[in-house]
Amino acid sequence: MKILKTTLGIVAIAFITLTIVSCKDGKKEQNNADGNHSEMNHDNSDGHHDGEKKAISMSENGSGNTQDVLDDYFSLKDALVADDNAKGTELGATLAKSFGNLDISKYTDTQIADLKDIIEDAVEHAEHISESDIAHQREHFKILSKDVTDMVAITGTEITLYEQFCPMYDGGSSWLSMDKEVRNPYYGSQMLKCGKVQREIN
Amino acid sequence: MKILRVIAWIALVAFIVIQFFPTEKNTNYTTPKTDFMVVNNVPSKIENQLKVSCYDCHSNNTEYPCYNKIQPVAWYLKDHVKEGKAELNFNEWGNYSDRRKNSKLRSIIKQIENGEMPMDSYTLMHRDAMLSKYDKNNVIAYITRLKDSL
Repeated sequence: MKILKTTLGIVAIAFITLTIVSCKDGKKEQNNADGNHSEMNHDNSDGHHDGEKKAISMSENGSGNTQDVLDDYFSLKDALVADDNAKGTELGATLAKSFGNLDISKYTDTQIADLKDIIEDAVEHAEHISESDIAHQREHFKILSKDVTDMVAITGTEITLYEQFCPMYDGGSSWLSMDKEVRNPYYGSQMLKCGKVQREIN
Repeated sequence: MKILRVIAWIALVAFIVIQFFPTEKNTNYTTPKTDFMVVNNVPSKIENQLKVSCYDCHSNNTEYPCYNKIQPVAWYLKDHVKEGKAELNFNEWGNYSDRRKNSKLRSIIKQIENGEMPMDSYTLMHRDAMLSKYDKNNVIAYITRLKDSL
């Protein structure tokens, strides 16, 4: 028992000593920092590279069509209507993937630029949905819905869509549905039928 | 009892050994043209607030605390910074599309409103990064204006 205490004591002292020593070093380094600019410039473009990589893999894998995206979007919407957080998580990930796979090569340059922006933003929101509680999922779903609506405005759609609108959620929020009948993804069972059809898209 | 002693020794040795694995730091003292402050011409009060409360994890330049010299603390901080930068990098602001800017500003407002950011684990060690109710209102009002002007 005594030996154990001693050992633990040594560990604790080692930890504290290291902390103190490191703090001292830190102060010294701060004083030198001004003269050392060139040495410290390695890591400046990290975020950049990530972005480039994503963009490349997006165009390489591009094989999906907008209908895949819409299908996954509607499944996600239904999960939110059903207050199903777990399913929303799963479908968020699926939607992120189908957005990433979207083939946009057949559009004009300006359309491609717009679609790239939309996809980049939508993937981010879908990924967030795949790792959040339901309140957060709904927040992200709102912006995601705008992204999908803007995508459809460029790509068009084979099926008729209804843009629906709930004036109560977050100062008024819309979403897309294949059915005319309103099923509210922002409130679920709490206010299932709140909202109205705002526009028909085909 | 003997087992505990062995474990304690192993822990000590492991602790010493991992000190020899350095981590690369997120430091860069130059301000790029794409920086949030440069692009938006942010008023100095808001600029200060954001730099103190956000820039350690959301820019290419972290002001490390002294205990970053110790492992596994440095690993832990490195992961946080990496995640923070992937989510939002103020230095890269000018490179974001308007759509993404809009999304980011929205998230900034929500997270500050809900007290999710700056994170508790961060303000615990950085008391000056804490936003008072007054600070929050100021920052949110500014960010909202910026968002509406996009």
